[in-house]
Amino acid sequence: MTSKQWLLSGFVAFTCLASTAAVSGPIENYAPVTAQRLEKPEPSNWMLYRRTYDGQGYSPLDQINTSNVKNLTPVWTFATGVVEGHEAPPIVNNGVMFVATPMGQVIALNAKTGDEYWRYKRQLPDDLFQLHPTSRGVGLWEDKLYLATTDDHVVALDAKTGKVVWDTKVQDYRKGQYMTLMPLIVDGKVIVGGSGGEFGVRGYVAAYDAKDGKELWRTFTIPGEGEPGHDTWQGEDWKNGGGSAWMTGNYDKETKTIYWGVGNAAPWPGETHPGDNLYTSSVLALDPNTGKIKTHHQYHQNDSWDWDEVDAPMLIDLHRDGRNIKSLVHPGRDAIFWILERTPTKINYVAGWPFVSTDVWKGIDAETGKPILDPAHKPVIGKRVEFCPSLWGGKDWPSAAYSQKTGLVYVPANENFCGGFTGEKIALKPGELWLGTKPEDIGLKTKPGADHFGELQAWDPVTGKKVWQHNFPKSQLFGSVTATAGDLIFAGGTNDRDFRAFNAKTGEQLWEQKTNSGIVGMPVSYEVDGTQYVAIQSGWGVDAQRIQDALVTNNIGIEANVPQGGVIWVFALKK
Amino acid sequence: MANASLNTTASSSDNTAESEADACTEQTRRALLIGALVTTTCLACSTQVRAGDDPPGSDDRPQKGDLLVFSEGDQEGKVITSSDLPAGGPPVHAWPKDPKTSVVRSASRLNEILIIRLDPAELDEQTRARAVDGIIAYSAICSHAGCPVTAWVKSDVGDKEVFKCMCHNSEYDPRAGAQVVFGPAPRRLAALPLTLTEGSLSVAGNFVGKVGGAQPG
Repeated sequence: MTSKQWLLSGFVAFTCLASTAAVSGPIENYAPVTAQRLEKPEPSNWMLYRRTYDGQGYSPLDQINTSNVKNLTPVWTFATGVVEGHEAPPIVNNGVMFVATPMGQVIALNAKTGDEYWRYKRQLPDDLFQLHPTSRGVGLWEDKLYLATTDDHVVALDAKTGKVVWDTKVQDYRKGQYMTLMPLIVDGKVIVGGSGGEFGVRGYVAAYDAKDGKELWRTFTIPGEGEPGHDTWQGEDWKNGGGSAWMTGNYDKETKTIYWGVGNAAPWPGETHPGDNLYTSSVLALDPNTGKIKTHHQYHQNDSWDWDEVDAPMLIDLHRDGRNIKSLVHPGRDAIFWILERTPTKINYVAGWPFVSTDVWKGIDAETGKPILDPAHKPVIGKRVEFCPSLWGGKDWPSAAYSQKTGLVYVPANENFCGGFTGEKIALKPGELWLGTKPEDIGLKTKPGADHFGELQAWDPVTGKKVWQHNFPKSQLFGSVTATAGDLIFAGGTNDRDFRAFNAKTGEQLWEQKTNSGIVGMPVSYEVDGTQYVAIQSGWGVDAQRIQDALVTNNIGIEANVPQGGVIWVFALKK
Repeated sequence: MANASLNTTASSSDNTAESEADACTEQTRRALLIGALVTTTCLACSTQVRAGDDPPGSDDRPQKGDLLVFSEGDQEGKVITSSDLPAGGPPVHAWPKDPKTSVVRSASRLNEILIIRLDPAELDEQTRARAVDGIIAYSAICSHAGCPVTAWVKSDVGDKEVFKCMCHNSEYDPRAGAQVVFGPAPRRLAALPLTLTEGSLSVAGNFVGKVGGAQPG
């Protein structure tokens, strides 16, 4: 160590001290999280990303319902102190709420009163650049929380105090590796997937021991030499082929199978990586104990549109075509509403149809389930190609929901958007954007005469029919949707800052609340001491804002004026 | 904040091996007592001392007297002269280079610089004072989320061409001290004063302003 470093050490040590959480008080009587509680969560709690392992985003609480939702009113709010996209669901375990925000922050609150227990603030490296400055939540196991960070660590916190229990580096953020997802917790394993497809990483899903942070397995989403599927790549393309896995998977507890969505191939134009490119734009079925790939289904081949399919499919039992189907339901970024059948060894194509207009697909091969391409709308090198929907797809990462009461799937969709770019062969530089096009060339165009953009859609997955649709004339819809047994659908996602409740059966809007910012996060519902609450983070940013900026250039009377800054909102019925 | 932190109770902090930012997230009274070990670990948090195998000085910020070399393209590593810069842009991307040791300060991306030649008459007074023959330099690191500022395009909100960060669309006007004209960036890009040394551009002083993205308070 040099003398200069010794001189610096005092200062740096002080800096480290300054990054500590301001502790307001430990949590008393914390309810440890077990496998049983995650497999069958109490109706009052929201402990997984979509509340249950099947990913349905459905709360069985019905105190707040279609007849009284007009009396829903804020009971407390809490400023997060940071800007950018607040995408995480407030996670609730027996009256304690944990909220992850951008910039590696976790806040523990009394879910009834809004009083703070503790706050963890990660000191991110100065040279980190965050293309997606967000976090989608903390996973729970026993008496700990698990945060995946944008500087590519998994951090375990003591749920009662917010203190770091362990901190494991996953990969190198300086090479474009980062994480934004809420870890999936299965039987004491903390399971995460990496972001960074736009930096030319090779995607992976990895599991860590919840006790000590030791890596248990890592499965690459792009098969290496000698592995099945490797022959769907040519030359060295697989080494930087993308296939990031930046959303939380779902879990079938009966067959002990994780279903994990995989992102697009890199760089964007398919000509730069010929072949089907397994397992990009696919769903993987993984063994949680070993990470072994049991089977897979690729939604579309040789992706060229930035159409990630990272949002994991919902596990829904359907009676369709005269038989019971253990299904996987996935309204895709590729504009196709996919219904698949999951068996212990295979994923079968059942049905698919466009849920927004698209000029990329001419149909779906009924035998293979592969979509049939119109090559005129597939981006290539050296020529500008336009395609619909835009690179943000029919539905991006925000989650759809399924109501066990209505049997309908609720989709936050976007219509009347198209995109385009000119593909280029560009050399990869580790840690730098590698899109295969000039970023400034990427466009979003609205269709001439379009009378709306965002659509909240309700689909019957049994008949394939759309039951209702609510249009948003002046806004995209870019936020997750949650269903409740009160026959309500909660959603934000619009540039007017509104949080809304809809009648799940009819689509009628029943309630709205103007919030501080735009909502890109996920609504949740929980109960404490006999009172049902609905919670949401309002904090606009990331891709919702990117779309907003693009809309400004279309001269359709939309401005880039959605304020930023995060606030947690909690609502209950007026007493 | 710092005082409040010092009053927190002790906790386990044994997992300090190999961590970089790790140590910054956990601190204890015990950490103060075993200062040598922990401060050593904390040093790894600082980009200034994350040298590794890089030569000494390669991650120091630009120093007075540094030359500027191309950071990319066919001429990567070559010293930039005023004749390399087309009038009216686009900017070139550069690293500072220590003329005494020939070390290029490329070990930290926080050192990447945008250099552009504009009409001196277009520059505001403060910007002109840092320029040489209309040539001005700024940090290439966006003040919003720390992305590289890569584009030179017509502004979304005006007729002029501006620096644009394609991560989140922040735009900066280099004629006016790189003030933010569009997007979420909270402050202007740090400016780097320039001078001419024997026909080559060189650095006339430290960055003016903070380099890097916003951090939570």
